[in-house]
Amino acid sequence: MSDIIHTAAPPRTERSGTASRTYAIFLGAGLLLLLVAPLFFYPIFLMKLLCFALFACAFNLLLGYTGLLSFGHATFFGGAAYFTAHVVKVWGLSPELGILVGAFGAAVLGLIMGFFAIRRQGIYFAMITLALSQMFFFFCLQAEFTHGEDGIQSVPRGHLFGFIDLSETTNMYYFVLAVFLIGMAIIWRFINSPFGMILKSIRENEQRAISLGYSVSRYKLGAFVMSAALAGLAGGTKALVFQFATLTDVGWQMSGEVILMTLLGGIGTLIGPIFGAGLVVALQNYLATSEFPVTIITGVVFMVCVLLFRRGLIGEFYASRLGRKLGFEHRR
Amino acid sequence: MTMIFGIPLQAFLGQLLIGLINGSFYALLSLGLAVIFGLLRVINFAHGAQYMLGAFVAMLLLQYFGINYWFALVFAPLIVGLFGAVTERFLLSRLYKLDHLYGLLFTFGLALTIEGTFRYLYGSSGQPYSVPPQLAGGTNLGFMFLPIYRGWVVVVSLVACIGTWLLIEKTKLGAYLRAATENPILVQAFGVNVPVLLTLTYGLGAGLAAFAGVLAAPIYQVSPLMGSNIIIVVFAVVVVGGMGSIMGAILTGYMLGIAEGLTKVFYPEASSIVIFVIMAIVLLLRPAGLFGRDV
Repeated sequence: MSDIIHTAAPPRTERSGTASRTYAIFLGAGLLLLLVAPLFFYPIFLMKLLCFALFACAFNLLLGYTGLLSFGHATFFGGAAYFTAHVVKVWGLSPELGILVGAFGAAVLGLIMGFFAIRRQGIYFAMITLALSQMFFFFCLQAEFTHGEDGIQSVPRGHLFGFIDLSETTNMYYFVLAVFLIGMAIIWRFINSPFGMILKSIRENEQRAISLGYSVSRYKLGAFVMSAALAGLAGGTKALVFQFATLTDVGWQMSGEVILMTLLGGIGTLIGPIFGAGLVVALQNYLATSEFPVTIITGVVFMVCVLLFRRGLIGEFYASRLGRKLGFEHRR
Repeated sequence: MTMIFGIPLQAFLGQLLIGLINGSFYALLSLGLAVIFGLLRVINFAHGAQYMLGAFVAMLLLQYFGINYWFALVFAPLIVGLFGAVTERFLLSRLYKLDHLYGLLFTFGLALTIEGTFRYLYGSSGQPYSVPPQLAGGTNLGFMFLPIYRGWVVVVSLVACIGTWLLIEKTKLGAYLRAATENPILVQAFGVNVPVLLTLTYGLGAGLAAFAGVLAAPIYQVSPLMGSNIIIVVFAVVVVGGMGSIMGAILTGYMLGIAEGLTKVFYPEASSIVIFVIMAIVLLLRPAGLFGRDV
């Protein structure tokens, strides 16, 4: 399992002073960029990007830091979108509560799917998650509250905390940015916690983790639920941004997309998936107007990444001469 | 009218036949997956796309060259098998040293590319492929009406499954394959060209998928999406059966196809998910799968 990871954020204790400083500079620059971005880019595009970036980072929590390849993450993303859309539109909940309900629902789905999937490893794990998420797809196709092929349309964005009007695009953007930053902070805290360290040890050598007395399946299930909840956070937010939830978000293609984002950006790097998501979303936007189907490009990029580019963008950067000079570390 | 469990016998047997036919395709496809996985340790996500390619090649051969069903049944698997072998030789073989998940991801990309290309060229809607005249019509068995082509599919896929099983269990080539599954390095030391064996195996698996595709063409419409619809179900079949044994894959395929057909009779709403439910139950009771050895 350890082979799938080529790069990893170095543990904090080993990080050199240069790297900390570089991280701080990059973090500051990134934040600044995100704060002023709506002046230069179409805000809906940016919000879509942030949602998918958070989704990919949540997914990477599982693949990059625990070594489990889930082929069913669309269930949590799309499922949460349905939950949020339903409770906001039908029950009239406020947007922040709606998103929390979405994330909680995704966590419950994650608990159920994880319970079955962690019984097998590696390739079987991938196939089981895929099959279970297809089952959820059929459930969404037939259930009453999802409205089948139509999906849940015209979901109101509502007022954040009762007084911030989210139908204003600028307000919505900063709300999505806040959700994204909170999600990223949770992920960062999670992977640097003792729990995260144990997950990495499972990724590196599961047998040894077992022999050290760790209850590996509980940790895996914990990581699975955490990843599902964060994917749900992203999905619920996306439902409010676009004001609808449809079957597209729960289909297997969506699970494939998030894998591609993570792979492209760099499996096992904290920020890699953000860039991967940016590239994929930008590509989809670019191709949306042309006749050419996105699937072909997605498929080719997949193959090229797997064959030639397994570290991903950020992983390659960390491993490059410049990256090493800046104090980043990469394994192998 | 004869009734069985409150359902007309006709409807019951009709669904049983549909289940048996679906089961034939599940068996053929999961057999191919098991053969490939056994030796290459790759889960071939492109298996559905190769099944779709088989149907498309048959249709295109008919449209452009006037080559009929019977020749297509031979040529389509050969063409797709060759395509598979080339892919394995030049691309997939570079990934064996890495984690098996990369093989899955690569074939997933391959599947997306193939499916996307055919959707681009031929649209998402299905195109008909007519039943060969020799197999057209049906016969009245007294208790039900049996379309001859459907009976043919069941018989032929059974023959293909047993043939593959015999090839692997009873021939010299099959012995090499099984030996290479157990210990490739040792087999190579005995002078067997294992890389060629791997290429052959992948070609064989892809060819089997294409064979199933040609068989399916007259029953279902020939559509670019036919592969991805079936492959996820076949994955569930493989999880239920476990990939340890060839015969296990075949039996599980038929069993689950029939289970799906019967669910359609008694509780139609659940028919699209019954295989996944069975998978979940099997995971609870026997995580290694019904015929599996490795956990």
